[in-house]
Amino acid sequence: MKYKIIVLAKQVPDTRNVGKDAMTEAGTVNRAALPAIFNPDDLLALEQALQIKEQNPGTSVGVLTMGPPRAGEIIRQGLYRGADTGWLLTDRLFAGADTLATSYALATAIKKIGGADIIIGGRQAIDGDTAQVGPQVAQKLGLTQVTYAEEILGIEDGKATIRRHIDGGVETVVAPLPLLITVNGSATPCRPCNAKLVMKYKRATCPAECPAEGTAYDYLYEQKPYLNLTQWSVADVDGDPAQCGGAGSPTRVKAVQNIVFQAKESKTLSSSDSDVEGLIKELLNEKIIG
Amino acid sequence: MKNNVFVYCEIEGTTVAEVSQELLTKGRKLANQLGVQLHAVAAGSGITGKVESQILPYGVDKLFIFDAPGLFPYTSAPHTDILVNLFKEEDPQICLMGATVIGRDLGPRVSSSLVSGLTADCTQLEIGDYEDIKTHEKYTDLLYQIRPAFGGNIVATIVNPEHRPQMATVRSGVMQKQILDENYKGEVVIADVDKYVPDSDYLVKVIDRHIEAAKHNLKGAPIVVAGGYGMGSKEGFDMLFTLAKELHGEVGASRAAVDAGFVDHDRQIGQTGVTVHPKVYIACGISGQIQHIAGMRDSGIIISINTDPDAPINKIADYVVIGKVEEVVPKLIKYYKANSK
Repeated sequence: MKYKIIVLAKQVPDTRNVGKDAMTEAGTVNRAALPAIFNPDDLLALEQALQIKEQNPGTSVGVLTMGPPRAGEIIRQGLYRGADTGWLLTDRLFAGADTLATSYALATAIKKIGGADIIIGGRQAIDGDTAQVGPQVAQKLGLTQVTYAEEILGIEDGKATIRRHIDGGVETVVAPLPLLITVNGSATPCRPCNAKLVMKYKRATCPAECPAEGTAYDYLYEQKPYLNLTQWSVADVDGDPAQCGGAGSPTRVKAVQNIVFQAKESKTLSSSDSDVEGLIKELLNEKIIG
Repeated sequence: MKNNVFVYCEIEGTTVAEVSQELLTKGRKLANQLGVQLHAVAAGSGITGKVESQILPYGVDKLFIFDAPGLFPYTSAPHTDILVNLFKEEDPQICLMGATVIGRDLGPRVSSSLVSGLTADCTQLEIGDYEDIKTHEKYTDLLYQIRPAFGGNIVATIVNPEHRPQMATVRSGVMQKQILDENYKGEVVIADVDKYVPDSDYLVKVIDRHIEAAKHNLKGAPIVVAGGYGMGSKEGFDMLFTLAKELHGEVGASRAAVDAGFVDHDRQIGQTGVTVHPKVYIACGISGQIQHIAGMRDSGIIISINTDPDAPINKIADYVVIGKVEEVVPKLIKYYKANSK
């Protein structure tokens, strides 16, 4: 069987390696100080998609992402690893979206693509940690969902058998296609980029990424149409601007605080024997430890 | 009467999850503040007569029970339709659920169906007012959904001014459970499941399921010895296990240490891990990102061992030991052995 697979992927600031200059003095996030990366869980989802493709010749894998023009990099990273195509949703109207408005945009784009047998994404993105977009896309498309997947064990007779993480254990479920799957952090790591594919796709670009005056490589885009990546605006996917971006988001951020903890009266000790022994004796005397 | 506070109770077999009881306790307080009732929803198989006593004593005014063979083990579609269809009848103003695998599967699906806002992993819930900066419209008595954001570097207060219910998930251990009255008189409604759940919802079949008993009791431990990325390796954690054993405590870790593979994921303390409230918290080589501090700041006595005198965690510590963990921890073990008993 051939399947049509869409991988949902997000470009995120690398919040795992936050340095001291990651926050501005005003307490806002200094995005420029954080490298933009392929969301780690989404890479695991891509791997599961590529494995299905290998086991089922003729399967197509496309990467769908939403973000600023530079998020075109996510599609290239997908192509370098074996994806066949990609779509970038980029428009000022998409900006400021909460999870609900994000899922509306993605679901609308998936309808434009013509749907898929399997839609697969990471469980959550490291910049929000919400895990909400996957299930919300599934609901908007009326699809069955399987979240926290660790491995797709097989697909047979229009049904996928999936091992998934649950609190305190694992379970195996059988779910009918079409299906939306989110992949847990415990899944198999993604394969590295393939050198041949990097050579093939390194100049693949979305229109928004191209400099206005053009480049010396302009001829390439005519000779090799696969280097022209698809880019869509709200209008291109027949989206309702009222349901996109900030306008379509039920949640509002009331306040953002750079947390300042109330400093306690603390005792500072050295690592000397007398200080450490003194600490232990104090804790024992005051019955803090038994 | 509508506009109440709802809590979705998660059930394993016939046992109500602790996180749900913690949320019932919080929900009771929110309902009191708003002058409305606290309602609970329980869905499972063979639960009637078994879950009431685990739910009503937290001050639940009305409990809706959905009892049918296909409702356990949990699958997304039937539980979603129960909440969506019940909420269409009941119009709650607030809905709380655990930030568990189930709550994080169910919450977004329900919120998308009802087009309402949902905030994940809240660490505080409060009632307060809000004025929209653009429209200058004023709202009273909204649910403040407070959570660390952006990898735990900031704390955001989220509100849902226009949409109901205001939905939030909260991790286990963040709120404290407390029985209000063993004999609290709440109404029990046994719902007609077929009215809420169409047959076509039972699409996903669970064919195999393994739940292991918890390997440790980090959440309830009186003393927690926690290690950070500064422990350097899996072997580095061994001395923390030794110290924890001596003190009859448990070992926890920061996200960075878990991500580096030094210890199992279930020992992670913080916003996206376990929240602990021990009598003594010993932070070894932990710098103290907000997302970690969110999971341990209510500890009794906090001891920080760190080479960096300016580590953020030192600000909330009662004792700061400036030094290398691999020097200080063996000394703690040695002098504890020498001085205890």
